[in-house]
Amino acid sequence: MFRDALLVAGKDLRIELRSRIGVNQILPFAFLVLLLFAFALDPDSGVLDRATPGLFWLAVLFSALLAIQRAFAIEAADGNRDGLRLSGLDPAGIYLGKMTAIFTQLAVLELVLGIGVLVLYSSHVTGWALMVATCVAATAGIAAAGTLYGVVAAGLRVRETLLPLLLLPVLSPVLIGSVRAFEAARNGNPGEGWPWVGLLAVFAVAYTIFGAFGFGPLLEES
Amino acid sequence: MTSVPTATAPSAPDAAPPAVGPIGTGSRGTRILGLVALVGIAVATYLALVSSPPDENMGDSVRIIYIHVPIVVVAYVGCLITTLGSVMVLWKKSVWWDVTAAASAEIAMVTTALTLVIGMAWARPTWGVWWVWDARLTSTAMLLLLLLGYLAVRRIPAETSTRSRRAAIVGVLLLPNVIVVNRSVTWWRSLHQDTTILNTLQPKIHDQMAFALYFAIPVALVIFAWLLVHRWRLAWMEQQLEDRELDQAISDRRAEAAGERAEDGQR
Repeated sequence: MFRDALLVAGKDLRIELRSRIGVNQILPFAFLVLLLFAFALDPDSGVLDRATPGLFWLAVLFSALLAIQRAFAIEAADGNRDGLRLSGLDPAGIYLGKMTAIFTQLAVLELVLGIGVLVLYSSHVTGWALMVATCVAATAGIAAAGTLYGVVAAGLRVRETLLPLLLLPVLSPVLIGSVRAFEAARNGNPGEGWPWVGLLAVFAVAYTIFGAFGFGPLLEES
Repeated sequence: MTSVPTATAPSAPDAAPPAVGPIGTGSRGTRILGLVALVGIAVATYLALVSSPPDENMGDSVRIIYIHVPIVVVAYVGCLITTLGSVMVLWKKSVWWDVTAAASAEIAMVTTALTLVIGMAWARPTWGVWWVWDARLTSTAMLLLLLLGYLAVRRIPAETSTRSRRAAIVGVLLLPNVIVVNRSVTWWRSLHQDTTILNTLQPKIHDQMAFALYFAIPVALVIFAWLLVHRWRLAWMEQQLEDRELDQAISDRRAEAAGERAEDGQR
């Protein structure tokens, strides 16, 4: 199962490296969202600095939608879905592989966005350990739920409009948790943030387990 | 051209038999259920508006609780049945449960929306605002969105089996998601007032108020059952119609092809 996962993740990441859709379109989109927030909230008023955790994670969520849609768009062409089914790979492995690929892309995106936020919003950062742990747990949660709902919406004529409606309400606990944890890190009392990291981790683990089991039936159909 | 009538003849028996089963969605059982619901509504209305006293603090606006709480209960029961049905679809590949889950989710969606509207109507005179970012309100709004997502999957333009499989995955996660969202929102807003329902159920409230509330909840559940049965039968007939239309289209096409072949033979 884990060997299959590595195969699928390697394939997806190689496609992304060669096509550069992530670098050329999704990263600039995330950067654009940062600028748009600055247009919407006066940069001189200090609102940006105070709202940085929320804005950062909103930008991540919106970019994640694009990354997830992209991850399943590459399977839609040329009957790749059938190819995956015929390949004899374990469905749980395929799920974990796609999830790992999305996780990796989002992690890179968060790194770049984090630097962007530091530079553009002149935010103050403390509590690095808490922030890194939050990023890992929250990104795993987004990737786990995103991969599952991504395949629910994949291959449908309504996929672009269906995915946000399905995924964003489900990810609202992740948004709440990651923003609270970042705020705790920023305010210099990381003790308040760690319970939220726990919630994020539980969310990620629960979704990963369910996704690994639920992926088979979803892949078999059609 | 003479061959056309004989070619269409095989499809005629398919079209001839009348619809199987009842044409409407009512039956003796549901009529009795409906009657019980109507009587229940009348008695509950009397209890809520006439016999129970106004609240000391809230005055007459407390009477909203007699419709608000029963509707919430129906919404939660609806979600529970949807998740249960979705589990059965994935486990047993049951069409019966698939239709049940869909029908139940629709009722849950409507009752959740009603809960929000009625709750807001109560909040305005009581708290002075239509909306507060209270855990209960926020998570109910999220519940509405989750249900809308589920119903959106139910309406995707795809084959029935694809649709029901995907809807089942979303449906299985409905209740867990509701719980996780509710917990996280409660953590987020932990400073706000305690749960309203449990407060009203505590013995400190007037006996007649408690009785009106306890009476209204089963009445709401009877209405829910009535709606569920009718919506279920409607959905079942819809599905039968879809299958029938497909069969009809296939037999028509076969007849057409047979006609073309016959014409080729004549030439």
